[in-house]
Amino acid sequence: MQTKRTVFHSRVLPYFLLAPQLIITLIFFVWPAAQAIWQSFLRQDPFGLKATFVWFANYTRLLDDPDYLNALGATFVFSVGVTVLSMGLSLLFAVCVNRVLRSGRFYTTLLVWPYAVAPAAAGLLWWFMFNPSVGIIPYLLSFLGYEWNHRLHTGDAMVLIIIAAAWKQISYNFLFFVAGLQSVPQSLTEAAAIDGAGPFKRFWTVVFPLLSPTTFFLAVINITYAMFDTFGIVDATTSGGPSQSTNILVYKVYADGFIGLNLGPSAAQSVILMLIVVVLTVVQFRWIERKVQY
Amino acid sequence: MVENRPFLNFLTHLVLILGVLTVVFPVYLAFIASTHGPTDFMSGIVPLLPGDHFSANYGYLLGTGESTAGAPPFLLMLANSLAMAIMIAFGKIAISIISAFAIVYFRFPLRVPAFWLIFMTLMLPVEVRILPTYKVVADLGMLNSYSGLVIPVIASATATFLFRQFFLTVPEEMMEAARVDGAGPMKFFRDILLPLSRTNIAALFIIMFIYGWNQYLWPMLITTEPHYYTVVMGIKRLASVLDGDNQWNLVMAGVILAGLPPVLVIIFMQRLFVKGLVETEK
Repeated sequence: MQTKRTVFHSRVLPYFLLAPQLIITLIFFVWPAAQAIWQSFLRQDPFGLKATFVWFANYTRLLDDPDYLNALGATFVFSVGVTVLSMGLSLLFAVCVNRVLRSGRFYTTLLVWPYAVAPAAAGLLWWFMFNPSVGIIPYLLSFLGYEWNHRLHTGDAMVLIIIAAAWKQISYNFLFFVAGLQSVPQSLTEAAAIDGAGPFKRFWTVVFPLLSPTTFFLAVINITYAMFDTFGIVDATTSGGPSQSTNILVYKVYADGFIGLNLGPSAAQSVILMLIVVVLTVVQFRWIERKVQY
Repeated sequence: MVENRPFLNFLTHLVLILGVLTVVFPVYLAFIASTHGPTDFMSGIVPLLPGDHFSANYGYLLGTGESTAGAPPFLLMLANSLAMAIMIAFGKIAISIISAFAIVYFRFPLRVPAFWLIFMTLMLPVEVRILPTYKVVADLGMLNSYSGLVIPVIASATATFLFRQFFLTVPEEMMEAARVDGAGPMKFFRDILLPLSRTNIAALFIIMFIYGWNQYLWPMLITTEPHYYTVVMGIKRLASVLDGDNQWNLVMAGVILAGLPPVLVIIFMQRLFVKGLVETEK
């Protein structure tokens, strides 16, 4: 790993400098993670008096549990929904902003601020828009003959959290797409134009393929976001309901652990989530290496 | 632009205006709702123009708060959030910049393992290891305290990487010159590296401030005394109680109060924010 050509010589100073970060990492990250892994192999008796080592019983039980499989399914639908909706809209906005050079900054300012809104607050904003008794969207939908109620209809609840989560993520995707578009060489689009390609053809055959590293990177980031940073949205709007339809994995870990106090299975869920983050992080960093190469 | 197509220009602006309206509308509606009295919702549809309860609603929330709903005065919660966000941002930057300094400017036996240990924090978000982390904090007696709110979340791999990346681009000659002039490592750090990192620190501070302000699950678990509540978790408690009473005007006023400070930060420091966001992901 890289350092400077010449370095300072000191036996103890670097350890002092690293100590705060490493101590916090060990106490609040590594140790709890190890605990979770250990507990995922144990089963507590109902009174919490003794624990027996049960190998992978917690995991096999989890994978047989219809509620857990349901949570996996909900997480999948939710992440794909958020990723596609928010990346699609952001790409559209980014392409537009890239065309209007002069007023681009103005639009950018108006599009980037949702990044700062807390997930819980974003959830509540859309929860109010979709409120079955006074919300404006159910009111408009009622003219189309659709009776919106996310407290009763499972599909409505899922749509609500997808829209709230995607809304918050638009600004992030937008900024990265704009940066990606600006690095597409102007000469290529000009060459395509001279060859007679119209704006739409130019976009799909020249710009979009060149944008694919950005798109791939954002897809990974968005899936990570949807899986792990949306706890506040779910907790503030649907709390996993109705009938568990929006009980995504991060919410279920919390609900089973803190409300159900089911230590072993909850720890097994934590470990599965950790594995998912590890995979996503590795994929993300592989992408960065590829980017450096070209 | 490659060629001029008036119709396409028109379409571009149309899409952008519609986009901006969609993005802004929920907040507009929330603000409108927050200026109305509780009876204005009885007709069954949200009003679209401001009402006259602006100062009454906001004054009530800021000064008194809905204590039956578990929401102390918003001024207190805003102050808690501000304190927490600043401490988190400051803490993350402080411990990361010295770690990066150690990793780049020294060669010592445990350098690579230390780097990987820091890297691991990326893979362990709070939401994933929540129960055991809670137990550690409880055992250390840090529940209901600012240290409990702040310290467990201030390890930062992203900030460390950013500073490492930046330090690697600082010319070698800087350090060689400093050494020739007899400056020790800490003097070099203080007088040369810190001033050079100013923009990076500012950009990172904005990102970390927003991260800290928007903490939700962690404060919710760590604080049971209203005295330590932060505003983002406060509005959820407010919402779950007041929804039954149809007091959406107060809920939305709470949402606006909780969301405004970080949004203002982004709007007024957009350049630094974009820099921070794009660079931390590199």
